[in-house]
Amino acid sequence: MLVAESSEFHSPGPADFEFPALFGEGTFFTKPMLVIVLGTIAVGAFFYFAARRATLVPGKLQFAAESFYGFVRNQVAMDAIGREGIKYVPYLVTLFAFLVALNISGIIPILQFPATSKIAIPLFLAVISWIIFNYVGIRRQGFGGYFKNMMFPPGIPKALYPLLAPLEFLSTVVFRPATLTLRLTFNMFAGHLVLLLTILGGEHLLTETQGLVGYAAGSVSLLFSIVLTFFEGFIQLLQAYVFTLLSAIYIGGALTHEH
Amino acid sequence: MSSMTILAAEDGPSPLLPHTSELIVGLVAFALLFFFLRAKVFPIFERTYAERAASIEGGVKQAEEAQAEAQRLLEEYRSQLADARSEAARIREDAKQQGQAIIAQMREEAQAEADRVTARAHAQLQAEREQVLRSLRDEVGTLATTLAGRVVGESLEDDERSNRVVERFLAELESAQADDAAVGTAGTSGKDG
Repeated sequence: MLVAESSEFHSPGPADFEFPALFGEGTFFTKPMLVIVLGTIAVGAFFYFAARRATLVPGKLQFAAESFYGFVRNQVAMDAIGREGIKYVPYLVTLFAFLVALNISGIIPILQFPATSKIAIPLFLAVISWIIFNYVGIRRQGFGGYFKNMMFPPGIPKALYPLLAPLEFLSTVVFRPATLTLRLTFNMFAGHLVLLLTILGGEHLLTETQGLVGYAAGSVSLLFSIVLTFFEGFIQLLQAYVFTLLSAIYIGGALTHEH
Repeated sequence: MSSMTILAAEDGPSPLLPHTSELIVGLVAFALLFFFLRAKVFPIFERTYAERAASIEGGVKQAEEAQAEAQRLLEEYRSQLADARSEAARIREDAKQQGQAIIAQMREEAQAEADRVTARAHAQLQAEREQVLRSLRDEVGTLATTLAGRVVGESLEDDERSNRVVERFLAELESAQADDAAVGTAGTSGKDG
């Protein structure tokens, strides 16, 4: 019975995103938290050492960090927000770097867990972005003006307002943070699941099923997991960029009256 | 029983439920990272950007200045070259004129020298002629005296003899005069030439 149970393939699921406390019962520190801490330290160290001896003619590390910074500054903040975007560059750069680190941790050996697949991380980041864009919108257009411009955009037939107003309100106030959170969380969640499935499944096929079918299918599965790992790396960078860009677009939209 | 509770019952907590501890750890980590980067890193990047932009602009400006300076020097050299060319032409012209003047002057001097030599030759000829005439006159006097003595010494009755003497004298005189005239003509023609 015990042998039969061990040879049974345990299909990866949500349970694989729950980890026991690292330092035994009663402590709270888990693997996702370790990933968060390591990722944060890595990002901080990367920028710190790049900027410590900043020179006019940059070295490799400084060039890398400045390129990252310059990309968010010029391609995200300036493009999506405009000249005022410079004020939000620190937040957007931190956000992008933090997300890249916590997403990429999903394909870094040993860690191999994207901390952003835990909904808590995208959630609090989405809430911060939500607070920022609502705050700057209210400060720029006034409380009434902000919601009036949001719910009753000019240039729309008045008859549509009863339909449009609640939709616009929900879209801005509820769906924006929700979609930010869910898009990132479940991209990472699904990606991690697929990697788990191909790797653990391949391993199971090779070690437990064996035989011609087991070896053939297991090899294909493991090879495919390598391809998927690269694909997953691309998705992780892309999703970090999407989250950052959308945050910038929301801030930019709140700063301008026109919709 | 909803599928959600089944899932939760089978596989633990739903992935839609945030863990409070993860929320706190993530938020703290993000906040620390944000404030650290904003304080220690981003100002340095912005400063480096500004300095780099300034240095590039400065370099461009410097290059433009150098270009303008080079252009200015080129113009200066060109004008100097043109000046030098006209100066050279002027000097050549002067030299030509001076050469012509020197040649004219030398010619004049040579002419004057030649005139002087000619004049001296004339004067010398004149003096010689005077001397010849003087000595001739002395000789004529002596001849006249001699003739008179001879005339007086001869018999005065014999007219025929007397006439002969006179004739002879005159012939002698004439021959002397012819010689004298020959000398005088030669002297006059030399003076005219």
